[in-house]
Amino acid sequence: MDRSQIWKFNNNVDTDQIIPSQYLLLPTIDEMKAFAFEPILPDFAKVVKSGDIIIAGENFGCGSSREQAPRILKELGIRAVIAMSFSRIFFRNAINIGLPAIICKEAYNAAHHGDQAELDLSKGSLKIENNILSCTKLSPIMQRILDHGGLVSFLNEEVL
Amino acid sequence: MKHTSIEKIIINNLKRDNIQANDIVTVNVDRVMIHDIFIPFVAEKFEEMGFSKIWDPSKAVLIYDHLVPASSVEDIRHFKIGDSFADKYEIKNIHRSDGICHQLMLEAHYVKPGDVVFGTDSHTTTYGSIGAFSSGVGYTEMAAILGTGQLWVKVPETVRVTVNGKLPDNVTAKDIVLRLIGDLGADGANYKALEFTGSTIFDLSIASRMTIANMSVEAGAKAAIFEPDEKTAEYCGILFEDLPKISGDRDADYVNEIHYNAEEIVPVMACPSSVDNIKPVAELEGIPIDQVFIGSCTNGRLEDLTVAADILKGKKAADHVRLIVTPASREIYKQAARSGILNTLISAGAIITHPGCGLCCGRAGGILSEGERIVATNNRNFLGRMGPASVDIYLGSPAVAAASAIEGKIALPKP
Repeated sequence: MDRSQIWKFNNNVDTDQIIPSQYLLLPTIDEMKAFAFEPILPDFAKVVKSGDIIIAGENFGCGSSREQAPRILKELGIRAVIAMSFSRIFFRNAINIGLPAIICKEAYNAAHHGDQAELDLSKGSLKIENNILSCTKLSPIMQRILDHGGLVSFLNEEVL
Repeated sequence: MKHTSIEKIIINNLKRDNIQANDIVTVNVDRVMIHDIFIPFVAEKFEEMGFSKIWDPSKAVLIYDHLVPASSVEDIRHFKIGDSFADKYEIKNIHRSDGICHQLMLEAHYVKPGDVVFGTDSHTTTYGSIGAFSSGVGYTEMAAILGTGQLWVKVPETVRVTVNGKLPDNVTAKDIVLRLIGDLGADGANYKALEFTGSTIFDLSIASRMTIANMSVEAGAKAAIFEPDEKTAEYCGILFEDLPKISGDRDADYVNEIHYNAEEIVPVMACPSSVDNIKPVAELEGIPIDQVFIGSCTNGRLEDLTVAADILKGKKAADHVRLIVTPASREIYKQAARSGILNTLISAGAIITHPGCGLCCGRAGGILSEGERIVATNNRNFLGRMGPASVDIYLGSPAVAAASAIEGKIALPKP
């Protein structure tokens, strides 16, 4: 099982913190991702490593409908965002682009910034230090979309 | 079986006898709105999905507002991609400089009571003001709707918010919704519908109901909903008898009920840097400010400009305060010009900008500099929303904004 480093965020991390609107006009996600979390953690994009996970409090991704928010996190190699709760548009967007967005009520209190974690997506379990936590299952439709890697593949392979 | 307003709309949409909260259903979409920031991504995903036509081009509306007028060369690319997408897939409903999307969707009668509508902007909840079920989606999901005409949704639980009585002078719909967001918290209505009722609510104009529906998403709401009445019929240009019956049953299964007496609501503001950090203006008076913004899809309508003009008439904004006023649409702009409201505002020192989203989304038209403070009538005061993260944004009503502009500091309107 791969070990992931934890990035811990508080409640109500909004989409303007994840990617401020002035960068949404950059022509590619690749250019945009350098500005992830710029208002609160300007160095994030430089230091985050592929396979890292985000653990957050309530209402992660509140605010605008910008799908670039989960997209840049995925492009930076974030393996999953685990939160006590998600704002609904971010939650749908994340699954639709194939970024696992996982609800786990206990993770926030169990996690410290920089801790190592083991995430087993198929079992829906998260191990932080010696705590093994279980995550809330996605609804069947969302799980199917995520299993296909996102809505585009889901539509191409399962629906159309 | 008793139902909430949103459940009734979905039952009607699906032509089913019954549904309940938390059911996952696939709704038939009556209208979609796509705005300029996301059109390139919608177009790209639509083609990646392999669609060759839009399910019903007459149901799609494309609106340029976040980038109008362009403030960087990149912006034009979005218009060009939008124009060619519309041309290729036969979208006739395009607005290139007519105003802010949410204002236009209602003003131009694209949305009717009882409709199910999705838009690429989170403030799509605004159309609940006339009794539609409307919500924001991402661009990939919008591309899927354009191809299929459908979207899966979880039927939301409903919170019923009742406001009865007469609002005090200088207390507005903005104060009601800010108070509610403060009480619920920024995620207090997450995934839920907020259904508004009570004598105060029925007394509100459609414009004021739009303010409340617009900001409902700031408490996380999937949708806001107001029962259509005579005002709705008149606004929408349809006969009262032809309105769908969308009224929540008194004993429907509401997940929560909240009651306010209008007389007890006071002018409030959302303080930096979260929408649920609500304080009475009386406790904030005297905080010096650098700029005032009156506009946006939340509060850029004629009644908002009228309130501001009444307070600013014969007065001047403080010398050091930049007062920026942005009508929400070209139509409102014209009406405000005709009625002399613009003249009053200009004489008071206001900078009038073209209808659009630039300042509210921090792109253009008056963004702020390090450490500055603004009183604004829009809907978000997130860190870095209207300039650098060190800018303090206080959200309030047009009345409070106008009074603050005169004083050069946060101020209550004089009775």
